[in-house]
Amino acid sequence: MSCSRMEKQMLPYVDGRLKVSEQREVEVHLAACPACQLRVNEFRAVSGLLDELPQIEPSGAFDARVRARVAAEPVKQSWWAVFAPSPRAALAASMLLLATIWIGSRPTPTTPGNSQNVAVYPGNIDPNDLPVLENYDILANFEPLTDLPQPVQGDDSDEVDGNQAM
Amino acid sequence: MARSDVQLMLDVKAGDEQSFALLLQRYRSPLVNFLYRMVRNREQAEDLAQEVFIRVYRARADYVPSAKFTTWLFRIATNLALNSLRDTRHQRMELSLDAPVTADAEDGDERALDVADKHPDIEQHLVEEARKAMIKHAIDKLPEKQRAAVLLHKYQELDYGEIAKILSCSESALKSLLFRAYETLRVELAPLVARG
Repeated sequence: MSCSRMEKQMLPYVDGRLKVSEQREVEVHLAACPACQLRVNEFRAVSGLLDELPQIEPSGAFDARVRARVAAEPVKQSWWAVFAPSPRAALAASMLLLATIWIGSRPTPTTPGNSQNVAVYPGNIDPNDLPVLENYDILANFEPLTDLPQPVQGDDSDEVDGNQAM
Repeated sequence: MARSDVQLMLDVKAGDEQSFALLLQRYRSPLVNFLYRMVRNREQAEDLAQEVFIRVYRARADYVPSAKFTTWLFRIATNLALNSLRDTRHQRMELSLDAPVTADAEDGDERALDVADKHPDIEQHLVEEARKAMIKHAIDKLPEKQRAAVLLHKYQELDYGEIAKILSCSESALKSLLFRAYETLRVELAPLVARG
């Protein structure tokens, strides 16, 4: 192993994080290289010095502040939540459906007093079909049609004769 | 048996707020310490640590245990710290011109050296304080990425693969980065290293 390759192995060696085979390789090099051996010793000393720095403790209010911020986070709703049944919406939809069914199935009210005004239509006309009924009323009561002159009775030869006489 | 970080996070995803409280309890101190060493300001470190936890909480719905939880957690923390350092670089340069001579800032208060201290072993105390200040100063002087690598390696005891993922580099590049950092520390701390 060269000194330059030792550079990447030096700290893992100091940490004791090398595989057994790599560790043996490093030790063989160190036995023959006083410069690398010195550096390994110094790295160990540096590592020991870094251990001397005390740890700090988070302030007493730290947890409370994190919890407060978490509590203030908006509740995240998934896109699919739009389709999730809401009790109020379900009730409103049910009521609307029931009302529609009720109105649709209700029989047409007939007022007894006005029975004489109820029109009577031929059997092939649906009394509930308003456009057809309108057309029927117009045609049934279309006066110009009733005022048409009666067709003239007689034959053509009389007319010819009359003209000739004139 | 204690639940793993991943299991806790999956429980948070399922809506268990108590599991989030356990993660908070487990990582509040490591995170605050890491961030404090990175940004060198206790208040700012706590703000950033809060932000890390909030981001974890916000991401709970999309959480997939594809990597170790600590890798994800410290990746968020490192990115926040590096961004914060970048954003406040100009401000810190201005402040450093007026900074007082300090012994140690472990408690977050930049305490000036107090020669009138009535400590019985005042000399010993001052030596220890100076020693800590020197170590802290040496870490602070490291370039930001090297500093993050040293802190994650030394204090969080993460393995090389995890740290490489956090810092978005190869494992080989990380080992070079750490070697350069330790070389700088070896030089900066030479008086203490020689004394052993």
